[in-house]
Amino acid sequence: MSRALLALIARDLALATRVGGSGALSLVFFLMIVALVPFALGPDLNLLSRIGPAILWLAAVLATLIGLDRLFQADDEDGSLDLMSAAPVPLELVVLAKVVAHWLTTGLPLALASPLFGLLVALDGTGMGATALTLLAGTPALTFIGAVGAALTASIRRGGLILAVLVLPLMVPTLIFGVSAAESASGGTVPFTTPLAILAGLSLIAAVVGTLAAAAALRWSE
Amino acid sequence: MRLSVEELACRRSGRRVFTGLSFALRPGEALAVTGRNGAGKSSLLAILAGRLRPDAGQIRVADVGEASLPECLHAVGHRDGLKAALTAGENLAFARALLGDARMEPRAALARLGLGHAHDLPVAYLSAGQRRRVALARLLVCHRPLWLLDEPTAALDVASQALLAELMAEHRAAGGLIVAATHQALGLEDAATLAIAAPEPGLDRPSPTPDRDADWRDADVEDWA
Repeated sequence: MSRALLALIARDLALATRVGGSGALSLVFFLMIVALVPFALGPDLNLLSRIGPAILWLAAVLATLIGLDRLFQADDEDGSLDLMSAAPVPLELVVLAKVVAHWLTTGLPLALASPLFGLLVALDGTGMGATALTLLAGTPALTFIGAVGAALTASIRRGGLILAVLVLPLMVPTLIFGVSAAESASGGTVPFTTPLAILAGLSLIAAVVGTLAAAAALRWSE
Repeated sequence: MRLSVEELACRRSGRRVFTGLSFALRPGEALAVTGRNGAGKSSLLAILAGRLRPDAGQIRVADVGEASLPECLHAVGHRDGLKAALTAGENLAFARALLGDARMEPRAALARLGLGHAHDLPVAYLSAGQRRRVALARLLVCHRPLWLLDEPTAALDVASQALLAELMAEHRAAGGLIVAATHQALGLEDAATLAIAAPEPGLDRPSPTPDRDADWRDADVEDWA
């Protein structure tokens, strides 16, 4: 069973780097949004460093949506999903493996690259570290929530926009706690660990609920 | 493995596609499902594969232990489940790891289908007939007692059709089961035939069944490699 899941993760990672994969695309999109903000706001370093974590988090939420619409749709179109449903593995675990692979190619690079992008919005060292840590803890929640929308829109052509409309409201709690954790690291009354723990909790809840809900949505659409 | 289907009925989008289909297969037996386009051949295979819920009737399997029906079968149809960006070998290696009960190596299976040279080629570079042969090679990389074949000869050249007949004969000799929806009873001359009847005249049938054996896909595509 674990061999099948590892094969699935390895296949999705390979696909992300091949033609038509969205491997580095979300990272580039992330960079674009973060780079646009200073142009829009002007060179006010104090303002930028104050709203920096919020900008990075907003960019992360939007960048997570890149490629999410193809998460199940691509496999639904070419029959791979039928192949997976014939595997001696529950559909829930198939979904889990696919979402993990997707997070490894979008959420993880995003979190790792965020200190670098923090330079563009004049974050100090503490702010960069804190934002990267919150993104590491919070992007799994974004991906798992998005997976539910991806499963619901798997059989809809051009379902990308519907996907965004469906899942963005559900990402609000993650955004709130992510930004408040990142900001509390560089001052404020709330200790850093409280919102961070809630953020990690949100990711764990999303991992369970998102996996079950996405698998149910895929079954229902068949 | 034994398979028995009783009084199966199918309804899609509220329209009755077929009713009262019954058949039974014992080890080594095959069933050729015939019927005109839209009669419900692909729907029957989709029900057997667990992708579609039957409207009525029962499907029973025996002698397969605890495995469910989808875990006992290979399905080869129009949507071939191949990733165009991966090579033929990678596609087969993935199926082999995913489906379990591995048999032939991907390279050997491709060689059997006459595609040994395509092992390291992305599937996107292959012709329709070659893609179909890669999908058929999946039948060999892991063992499943039941083969569900939807128009397996579509896009295949004459030599490949003969090869497919040979593979089907070997599978049946080893105790395997085959259900094939086909217009040509190739290699299944001795198999039972299940003709899905066209709907009775006068029955309201506003649009053709949206099953996936559209005519254009049946067009013969020549191998160019």
